[in-house]
Amino acid sequence: MKFLTALGAGLLFGAGLLVSGMTDPANVIGFLDIFGEWRPQLAFVMGAAVLTAAPSFWFVRRRRRNLLGAPVDLPDRRRIDKALLAGATMFGVGWGLSGICPGPGLVLLASGHGMAYLFMAAVVAGMWLVQLIRN
Amino acid sequence: MLDVSSPEILRAIAGGMLIGAGAATLLLMNGRVAGVSGILGNVLQKSLGEQGWRVGFLLGLLVPALVLGTGPAHLPQHWLWAVVSGLLVGVGTQIGSGCTSGHGVCGLANLSTRSLVATLAFMTSAVLTVLLVRHGGVP
Repeated sequence: MKFLTALGAGLLFGAGLLVSGMTDPANVIGFLDIFGEWRPQLAFVMGAAVLTAAPSFWFVRRRRRNLLGAPVDLPDRRRIDKALLAGATMFGVGWGLSGICPGPGLVLLASGHGMAYLFMAAVVAGMWLVQLIRN
Repeated sequence: MLDVSSPEILRAIAGGMLIGAGAATLLLMNGRVAGVSGILGNVLQKSLGEQGWRVGFLLGLLVPALVLGTGPAHLPQHWLWAVVSGLLVGVGTQIGSGCTSGHGVCGLANLSTRSLVATLAFMTSAVLTVLLVRHGGVP
């Protein structure tokens, strides 16, 4: 059951990434390139996604339970620390260089293109490295 | 001039709504936040137990593209760019606890100040990176 509902959520999310055009790194870099030929799509994707998801977050935040009645722990960390800023900044540099963030990166594996596999292998290696140092 | 009725913008809005619906589904049905970097990072840790939903979500992400194809995708031209940018994305999202989906979509939908700050930080560094690479003479 948990597998199936998560699969459904992933299907919607993955279809959305395809429909929105965000799986093409050229559209992402086109958005980030505010001094070039600007492509505004990403702002509309994020805006529409945030507005669509917001009522559910509001609902779960108030009830502290999901639709099935199970308790939900929303992330409650509030601290804005060095790790958050340094990590997000670092991620932005990688995102700007490639035009790929983790969601579209995963979807692009379906292209069968070697560069997509290399990119995601490096993402996983980077994550693993941080976990290795933490533990 | 920005034409909000252009096909690209309409697709962006429709796609964004699907992404939001996916995030809402995972929250309402599984009680989980749809942060792709977090889910991917945690799937690597065997100690976290309950992994089925994570595998399900990641599989679901892939299926539409496997069925429909990915369409045009301008991937990095050189393997070194792919490796360097991938490492930065992997390390950065682990240290910063999220990416465009976790902080950018879910965090903002949850009205989290922490996620807003993270989103502003990665947007800023990404814009500056593109500025340097495209207009700053960096090859």
